Amino acid sequence: MSVVQENPAVPIPVEIGGVRAGPPRSQILRRDTWWFWPGVQALGLLAFVGYGIWTAFRGDFYYAGTMGHVSSLPSHYLSPFYSPCFVSSCPTDAVWGPAGGIGTVSPALLVLIFPMGFRVTCYYYRKTYYRSFWASPPACAVADVGSTQPGGMRSKYSGETRFPLILQNAHRYFWYVAVIFAGILTWDAIEAFRFGSGWGMGLGTLIFVVNAVLIWMYTAGCHACRHLCGGGLRRFSNAPVRHTIWRRIVTPLNEHHQLYAWMSLIWIAWTDLYVYLVATNTIHDPRFF
Amino acid sequence: MAVGTSQTEGPSGAPSPASAGEHGTASGETLHMQLWRGDKDGGQFVEYQVPAQEGEVVLDVVHRIQASHAPDLAVRWNCKAGKCGSCSAEINGVPALMCMTRMSTLDTASPITVSPMRTFPVLRDLVTDVSFNFEVAKLIPSFTPAPPPPGGYRMQQVDVERGQEFRKCIECFLCQNVCHVIRDHEENKAHYAGPRFFVRLAELEMHPLDTLDRRAYVRERMGVGYCNITKCCTEVCPEGIHITDNAIIPLKERVVDSRYDPVAWLGRKILRRPAPMTAAEAAAHTSAATRGVSDAAR
Repeated sequence: MSVVQENPAVPIPVEIGGVRAGPPRSQILRRDTWWFWPGVQALGLLAFVGYGIWTAFRGDFYYAGTMGHVSSLPSHYLSPFYSPCFVSSCPTDAVWGPAGGIGTVSPALLVLIFPMGFRVTCYYYRKTYYRSFWASPPACAVADVGSTQPGGMRSKYSGETRFPLILQNAHRYFWYVAVIFAGILTWDAIEAFRFGSGWGMGLGTLIFVVNAVLIWMYTAGCHACRHLCGGGLRRFSNAPVRHTIWRRIVTPLNEHHQLYAWMSLIWIAWTDLYVYLVATNTIHDPRFF
Repeated sequence: MAVGTSQTEGPSGAPSPASAGEHGTASGETLHMQLWRGDKDGGQFVEYQVPAQEGEVVLDVVHRIQASHAPDLAVRWNCKAGKCGSCSAEINGVPALMCMTRMSTLDTASPITVSPMRTFPVLRDLVTDVSFNFEVAKLIPSFTPAPPPPGGYRMQQVDVERGQEFRKCIECFLCQNVCHVIRDHEENKAHYAGPRFFVRLAELEMHPLDTLDRRAYVRERMGVGYCNITKCCTEVCPEGIHITDNAIIPLKERVVDSRYDPVAWLGRKILRRPAPMTAAEAAAHTSAATRGVSDAAR
């Protein structure tokens, strides 16, 4: 059987050999719980999106300048959802940029678009949501949903070759911005050591430090970073420094990119929740010194 | 599930429990094997019941069925060591090598299905026509080194090591089979090379002595943009090649360099670097082209 050439400009002239036959494609022969992890991941992402929407539109209690149990000095905890805070409603101690800030909209709505863009175009998250939400495919060797209905909306597949999915190629630009954000969150972690005009350490400080570390591990393990650091080279021996960075730092992080993607996602929500609980005086921030 | 006739091992069949004992410990359990029987005109699962033997792989059981019940059963195999890539099939719906799938890893309480690879046309029973892959292979722009310098070619160890992973490929085509781009969308075979050939292209693009620039070709003719990196190819690879992370994504990033990154484009202009090679220029280096076969003739 000759393949129908959908795109005559770029044909691969192949004689495929005959009808495929075999078991019908709509029949799922897998016996394992192939739906379990895509389901768990879908629930995890939905939970984060739900939490993110709530916290972004909340517009308050994102800065904990409150007293702790053993210290009368206020903390400087700024939620990562609202950092950098540069609108007029930002607390004086937390505002970035021009004095008084700009605009009155919830700062999170201005900030989140960049880390969101980084995660949405991330190669790992793409795998996750293509499986869990697009069902393309829902699992390996399970047919794309809708693909078995001839003439149906999903009977054709163009992958990431057309708008809007071709925009996934902008991932490296979101990575550039993500590096800046990782720097900002690192600064916030340093600020979390500040109590009043002096220095100290509370449970919140630890949470902020872990948050910054996880964000760096996720950002530095990015596939685009791996390419830019050295993966794009044809000859490693011509660039020993880049090869060392690629081999010793970025590739080991990249091997666990999925793990760091989830850990950093969960921890950033937990950091925000902790700030919220402290800011609303629901809990007191334990101070170590 | 369409299940045809059920056949139980007869007196002239494969090893009896007694003879099985000579090969080791027989569990005495009965295996319910459902093998796909048919050709291009259709087929069905046929159930065979055979006694279990310790230490077997799926291919062993299929061979016993072939010896005892179904001498006309078509099954492709060769090395029985996971190195020839011949016995690719789908076991309980999961693409795998029959010779590398231990029966002890399967739930034998319920029937075990063995079916041919779905992406390729069935010739007969478990044997498929994988010639699509050989046709695509002819379209890969070949290794093209510069003329050797005085003293011959030199390669550093770090550059040699990088390609070793890709050369582990045994061409079992399980990655091609599981890739939904062609598994679920037959029409994409016309403009999509598949994971196995992205591995080959990545190996060439990372070769320190190669001089071709295949990036435009990878995008336009090999269709790397169709891949949505759901990593199934990596999951089924019996050689453990990190197909997605080490081959496909690096290729996608190289395509971004040459096509979608305005900063890279500006850098090439400012530094007066050569423009990326066109797909047509790269196509001139395919084996089909170098043998003088025109596009139209192909």
